[in-house]
Amino acid sequence: MLRKAFALAVLGLACVAGPAGAASGHIELRHVDWSFSGPFGKFDTAQLQRGYKVYREVCSACHSMSMLSFRNLGEKGGPFYDAKYPNPNDNPYVKALAADIQVPDIDSETGDAIQRPATPADRFPSPFPNDAAAAASNGGAIPPDLSVIAKARAGGPNYIYSLMTGYVQPPAGLNVLPGMNYNKYFAADLAPFWSGDPKHVPTGGFIAMPPQLAPDKVTFDDGTKSTVEQQAKDVAAFLMWAAEPKMMERKQFGLGAMVYLLIFTVILYFSYRRVWRDVAH
Amino acid sequence: MADTVVGADPHADPSRRDFIHIAAAAAAAGAAVGVGWPLIDQMNPAADTLALASIEFDLTKVADGQQVVVKWRGKPLFVRKRTPAEIQKAVATPLSDLRDPQTDAERHKPGKPEWLVLVGTCTHLGCVPTFGGGDYGGWFCPCHGSHYDTSGRIRKGPAPKNLEVPTWDFVSDTKIKVG
Amino acid sequence: MSGPSTYEPKTGIERWLDTRLPIVRFAYDTALNFPTPKNLNYWWTFGGILALMLGIQLVTGIVLAMHYVPHVDHAFASVERIMRDVNYGWLIRYMHANGASMFFLAVYIHMIRNLYYGSYKAPREVLWIIGCLIYLAMMATGFIGYVLPWGQMSFHGAVVITNLFGALPIIGEPITTWLWGGFAVDNPTLNRFFSLHYLLPFVIAGLVALHIWALHVPGNNNPTGVNVKSPADTVPFHPYYTVKDGFAIAVFLLLYGAFVFYNPNALGHADNYIPANPLVTPAHIVPEWYFLPFYAILRAVPDKLGGVLLMFGAIGTLFVLPWLDTSKVRSMRYRPTARLYFFIFVFACLVLGLCGARLPDDPVIGAASGLILFDADINSFVWLSRVATLYFFAYFWIILPVLGLTETPLPQPEGISEPVLSHPATTPAGAAASPEKRG
Repeated sequence: MLRKAFALAVLGLACVAGPAGAASGHIELRHVDWSFSGPFGKFDTAQLQRGYKVYREVCSACHSMSMLSFRNLGEKGGPFYDAKYPNPNDNPYVKALAADIQVPDIDSETGDAIQRPATPADRFPSPFPNDAAAAASNGGAIPPDLSVIAKARAGGPNYIYSLMTGYVQPPAGLNVLPGMNYNKYFAADLAPFWSGDPKHVPTGGFIAMPPQLAPDKVTFDDGTKSTVEQQAKDVAAFLMWAAEPKMMERKQFGLGAMVYLLIFTVILYFSYRRVWRDVAH
Repeated sequence: MADTVVGADPHADPSRRDFIHIAAAAAAAGAAVGVGWPLIDQMNPAADTLALASIEFDLTKVADGQQVVVKWRGKPLFVRKRTPAEIQKAVATPLSDLRDPQTDAERHKPGKPEWLVLVGTCTHLGCVPTFGGGDYGGWFCPCHGSHYDTSGRIRKGPAPKNLEVPTWDFVSDTKIKVG
Repeated sequence: MSGPSTYEPKTGIERWLDTRLPIVRFAYDTALNFPTPKNLNYWWTFGGILALMLGIQLVTGIVLAMHYVPHVDHAFASVERIMRDVNYGWLIRYMHANGASMFFLAVYIHMIRNLYYGSYKAPREVLWIIGCLIYLAMMATGFIGYVLPWGQMSFHGAVVITNLFGALPIIGEPITTWLWGGFAVDNPTLNRFFSLHYLLPFVIAGLVALHIWALHVPGNNNPTGVNVKSPADTVPFHPYYTVKDGFAIAVFLLLYGAFVFYNPNALGHADNYIPANPLVTPAHIVPEWYFLPFYAILRAVPDKLGGVLLMFGAIGTLFVLPWLDTSKVRSMRYRPTARLYFFIFVFACLVLGLCGARLPDDPVIGAASGLILFDADINSFVWLSRVATLYFFAYFWIILPVLGLTETPLPQPEGISEPVLSHPATTPAGAAASPEKRG
């Protein structure tokens, strides 16, 4: 009797908890089999390098990444790590990448605001000096900082990949707001802008960012074909690394910790049985 | 479970040193160390602090016979361009006169004796010595009267050691890297 | 049961210390030799687990405080600095964030154990009340802690909860302004929240000391609910329960590790990785999972003050539980009718949790029915919350008081050491008669 009640309860909860996504008009995200997913996942260094190039050449024009410094690129697990230079500040490739970019500074003699080549210790510079300038240059919308964007969106890198490849022709009957772009993966409610069948409101929403990727827009140094799909995958992987540079260290440490805990649990179990063996309880 | 030793008293105190209990205690200690290390290591300098551990400096900023002071690892760094007279005085000093014997050659880069790079912290109790003062033409520490010569070596006063020479090197003729 | 001390100092140093500060005696009496019922099951291991989690939160929290900056312009970035630059910072941060969830998971299981086995009943009423105070302090600490990273959920969650106090008539608004230190949640609020978040865990630690003291006066309850009659019913806490708690802790750590190392953000919310923006409210503000049932109760009532009073009333009800339950029988093993209502109660709490996570107007099954009752569609999560809230209060205020007087309990055993044990000793001396029926 009790078991039947319990089973019914679980079934009831499942029915209600299940269709959580369907009600709000969300589309299923596109999925990629990322190299870093799963308990043994690792970042693909070549992919991170390509992704950095996409960020630097396409995204950094509008999006800051103010929590990353150039030296992070040369850290263990990062795109340009070199085992010969355990201190990323010495890594010549990182120094060269940094020197390519100008960062703001104060002249120590005159006190004037100047621009100078970056060093590995510098943060990635922001394209705009402040939020107001960012909004003014982008039709009132501030391009979000990308440092942790892969953790700040449900779906993470899958969402970023879907979004960057999700710009399609808006279906007829959708009133696209001026200055906005229709993207079928952007989370929003389009019912107020839809003049078609109310039972079939299109998924997605209006995003201020126009489509950014185009075939061959970024040339990949390793010769990989630069399709929009490839650029989107690589930049999404790079953004995941940027959001969690310690992910591989976490999983490796985790493996050791979980194995140890498993052994510890087994030992303790036998110790417990031994202690209680001669007691009636 | 038939794993008792033949003849053992089954009602003996169960916390006698069975192997399994020792193993459990050892595993617990291991876990404590495993957790303890990150908790201790987090107080070591973080990656952003270590990033500022080395700096580059442009030597064209220093005039003959003068010094420039920059901040390095939170402390003052003296970069001094010595005149030939100052170099001569430092080389001529006998080692027996020195509390902390070091030749001048040990304190500068070979072939470039005019460039002296020193940590500007008095080895007595940490004050910043003033440039050019004192009886030996090097530096003078106003806190307790330590006199350093033109090689930054302690000559008079309470300081025990010479001014520290950090790890530094030329990256070009006009640029050095410290740290 | 605390009786005379059985500790005997062996060495000279022990005797010397014992006459000056009997701390070793105290440790022996409370933790090593303490007579504990020998029939405790695994539901009793959660006290030890909770003590461990408090220790872990304290240590990881103090370490995080070495790097965290409690200022609106630096808080978010300082947390990211911990994740990226501080040695093992990522580990300590994820341990602290997931540790809070594990702490609450353990406390809910602990509370369920108390409700089922009647551990709140005489003479343990004060023990139970101290436990409720610990729970209250944990909720305050958890809420304040979540504000500190200064993400979107941190900020807007703080706005919603501090605005609750504004519902109180007359004194509401001055209290809210006083809490904020300004006209809105801003830097003064964050700074004082950091101070309080550092303070409250030590208050919890003090309450835990009182909690254990209050426990040691009557001694532990046990699954039969029947009092300990003689020392034959007990075993010394060490090594019997130190090793059992140790094993349970190891299993618990496996679950904790699975979250920390392989899915550290599963119990959080993606929006909290967006820096706080007072001008933009997230589409769906949700508290952390352990507050969801109370969030559902709050939103169940259409009136703001009513929701606040009912939510605090739910917590307040727990405090008076020992006087609401009229049954003379402690353990629900022997109360088959009450047991059924109890399981429904647990289910109702889970339903409330689910409702707290959903938008109140969303339909539960299929599409909205169109039948509106008290400002809400019958087929909506608001109405499901109302039904579950009704059961929550009915369970404590109607069902338990009535059942205690009307139900016929099953016959209870005379004592713990009856020859009807489920785990006979493996040696002939402790041979079992017949297995005890367990519920």
